[in-house]
Amino acid sequence: MTSAQNDASIVDEGTAPHERREPSYLAGGYRLIDWLTTRDHKRIAVLYAISITFFFFLGGVAAALIRLELATPQGDLVSDDTYNKLFTAHGIIMVWLFLIPSIPAVLGNFLMPLMIGARDLAFPRLNLASWYLYMAGGAIVLWALLAGGVDTGWTFYTPFSSMFSNSHVVAALSGVLVLGFSSILTGLNFIVSVHTLRARGLSWFRLPLFVWANYATSLILVLATPVLAMTLVLVAIERLFQVGIFDPALGGDPLLFQHLFWFYSHPAVYIMVLPAMGVASEIIPCFARRPVFGYRFMAYAILAIAVIGFLVWGHHMFVSGQSMYAGMVFSLLSFLVAIPSAIKVFNWTATLYKGSIRFSAPMLYALGFVGLFTIGGLTGLFLASLALDVHLSDTYFVVAHFHYIMVGGSVMAYLGGIHFWWPKVTGRMYSDTWGKIAALVIFAGFNLTFFPQYLLGYAGMPRRYHSYPGEFQLLHVLSSAGAVILAVGYLMPLGYLAWSLRYGARATPNPWRATGLEWQTDSPPPEHNFAIAPVVVREPYAYTPEGP
Amino acid sequence: MNTDFHLLPADAAASASRLDSFALCLLLLTGTVALVLLALMIGFSIRYRAGSNADRTHVPKQGLSVEIAWTVIPLLLFLGIYAWGAIDYVKLYQAPANAMPVFVVAKQWMWEAEHRNGRREIGQLHLPLGRPVRMVMTSQDVIHSFFVPDFRVKQDVVPGRYTSIVFTPSRTGEYRLYCAEYCGTEHAMMLGRIVVMQPAAFAQWLEAGPRQPGMAARGFELYRRYGCSGCHDPGSSVHAPDLTGLLGRRVHLADGRELTADEPYIRDSILVPAKDVVAGYAPIMPSFAGQVGEEDILAIIEYIRESAHDQRTERR
Repeated sequence: MTSAQNDASIVDEGTAPHERREPSYLAGGYRLIDWLTTRDHKRIAVLYAISITFFFFLGGVAAALIRLELATPQGDLVSDDTYNKLFTAHGIIMVWLFLIPSIPAVLGNFLMPLMIGARDLAFPRLNLASWYLYMAGGAIVLWALLAGGVDTGWTFYTPFSSMFSNSHVVAALSGVLVLGFSSILTGLNFIVSVHTLRARGLSWFRLPLFVWANYATSLILVLATPVLAMTLVLVAIERLFQVGIFDPALGGDPLLFQHLFWFYSHPAVYIMVLPAMGVASEIIPCFARRPVFGYRFMAYAILAIAVIGFLVWGHHMFVSGQSMYAGMVFSLLSFLVAIPSAIKVFNWTATLYKGSIRFSAPMLYALGFVGLFTIGGLTGLFLASLALDVHLSDTYFVVAHFHYIMVGGSVMAYLGGIHFWWPKVTGRMYSDTWGKIAALVIFAGFNLTFFPQYLLGYAGMPRRYHSYPGEFQLLHVLSSAGAVILAVGYLMPLGYLAWSLRYGARATPNPWRATGLEWQTDSPPPEHNFAIAPVVVREPYAYTPEGP
Repeated sequence: MNTDFHLLPADAAASASRLDSFALCLLLLTGTVALVLLALMIGFSIRYRAGSNADRTHVPKQGLSVEIAWTVIPLLLFLGIYAWGAIDYVKLYQAPANAMPVFVVAKQWMWEAEHRNGRREIGQLHLPLGRPVRMVMTSQDVIHSFFVPDFRVKQDVVPGRYTSIVFTPSRTGEYRLYCAEYCGTEHAMMLGRIVVMQPAAFAQWLEAGPRQPGMAARGFELYRRYGCSGCHDPGSSVHAPDLTGLLGRRVHLADGRELTADEPYIRDSILVPAKDVVAGYAPIMPSFAGQVGEEDILAIIEYIRESAHDQRTERR
């Protein structure tokens, strides 16, 4: 981006759009250096999309090897040590390099300014810096994984990680630490932008729910991530200098780590799923041609999840040796946080009532999200129940539960969002038929992969085992077969979306007849988003079954 | 060991079937909710698909009474589930007075168990049928987790503290013991075998085979060797609390607190004596941290537990 573009004058509200049409943000500055030095939130979103896609498939390769290994009970494909490093790599990559940044950093970056009618985020340079931090963190993690791997699991439980593991723990910790700073900066940027850059007339209760969701997510990122950073530094200090913090042999407390870690990592689940809820709340009203049912309740539910989400970390520790009474309090709070989630599912369902529903690809992904999130949420009740959690924790039941929430939920919604806003981002349409086929393949593959794991878990199969007793094999084979279908499903969008970049039909500004502000500008949007600074005069989701 | 797959693990402990009924009720409840939601979504999708001639007048945008209903009803249901789960959970940790203690030290990557009479076993654990068992567990290195699916019990085994869990084997046979907390390279190999025997057969097994002197006897020996008796014996010149029959007694502390003397309390008093000083005594005891191993501490605790019985015998 040149300096001339950077200090472009404020749009004159009196000029008609066609007289002052700006070139799209993709035009001009084709060189690599133009992209690597851009301060345009849309280009930064594209940078994130490319890097995050890379890490998603890298984490997917680790997952594929894990499922392949588990097809037989003996553990004969890779050694135990390699297996431990594989599931650690899968966890670290998927959680920190894919799930946490996916929707906020890609879709949020692209859409937040457009949705609030702003020209960019509040701090464009900071935005670019957070992408560089993401890349730096990713590079460090990648180095740790390639230089020999890490075998602690993504949870880094002490004293194993701090004193006993012989792998590259400190490097992995440093990578995650840097990634944490990246998400703090993104969160900060979103919070300030929503507070200061909303268009005229865009009051808080006229914000799209996607903005609400990313706003709430940003609050969690800014408040919780520093705790993670501090915790990782403490582990590194204990490991490097043998200062007794977590290892009882040095005078430390191993449960202290779990409290600190989950104080971040439970809210992190909401970092992954709140933006997904935001995406579903945009897609479902649009394709049902109905205003989202109970808009204000939906917004309050987002805030309630973000706030109560901070108070439930102890439900990861029901059998850790923390006091029985702590367990009872954390269990109660965990049931409370399930209520706003339930409200959201009911409201999405009610939004379909008396609509005029079209089943385009984004809608299939969004409905798939609601279904999988519902199953994941309901099985969460089993884990929140104290006595049942005693049996189920650290088994495949937990693995199935969080994959339903994070993969079934977040990834489905992320793909739904990619399909929904693809015409806006690229200016091209893709094949709706292929989109629908992929959505169905992913949905089927996902359920076949993870539903058997609930049964495995109840039957007593512990997680993180590279070999297992023979009676569990049937369900593992089903799960591995599902993973093959799932992998095919994930590769399909890569193909037809890439194809659309070159051969897809040109997209009109608003192919879905949606009412959000982002659809009031060109596809792809001009560099400064709006030819005329928009003024908002109506409530969000002004859909009618008859269509506008 | 049974190699056929069963959806439900065997209910080989008294609490297991209770837990299964809870799980079944919860499954029926959540299943109903899921099916109703699915039916609504599919029903609406068909009825209100684009182009159908369904009635779309009076489109509701919000409904306060509906919102309140679907907030309050789940809230009440959740509170019910919570209470059920919490009550069962508390029962899992309440040890009956006749519970038989078994001591477990976990290490990478094996389970070591010791019975009160000193019989030790590695990688397996023999238990009598129908008697409540209280596992008193600690780890020598990293966090492990004691998991027996057929008993529906799991408890993390944490270095630096004792954790315990109570269960009553209700069916003879062999059951798998797993380590459920990831503990390093051979985590998946940290398996054990639990053998539940008829009480008579168990008593026979307990007396047969090689064993050390009883834990309490070994504890008495250690109690002497580490010099505990020098201060804590009734006739000693140094004024220290009498430990006879200490386990289970209420203890008043110098700072006004009060607690029940259990295994973790005695362990802390040996390793961190300044933590809980008994009322009326000066905090002069040195710490034994780094000098006395976990297995020795367990033996000393066992000696202190036995001292209560000795006292009762003397009184008779």
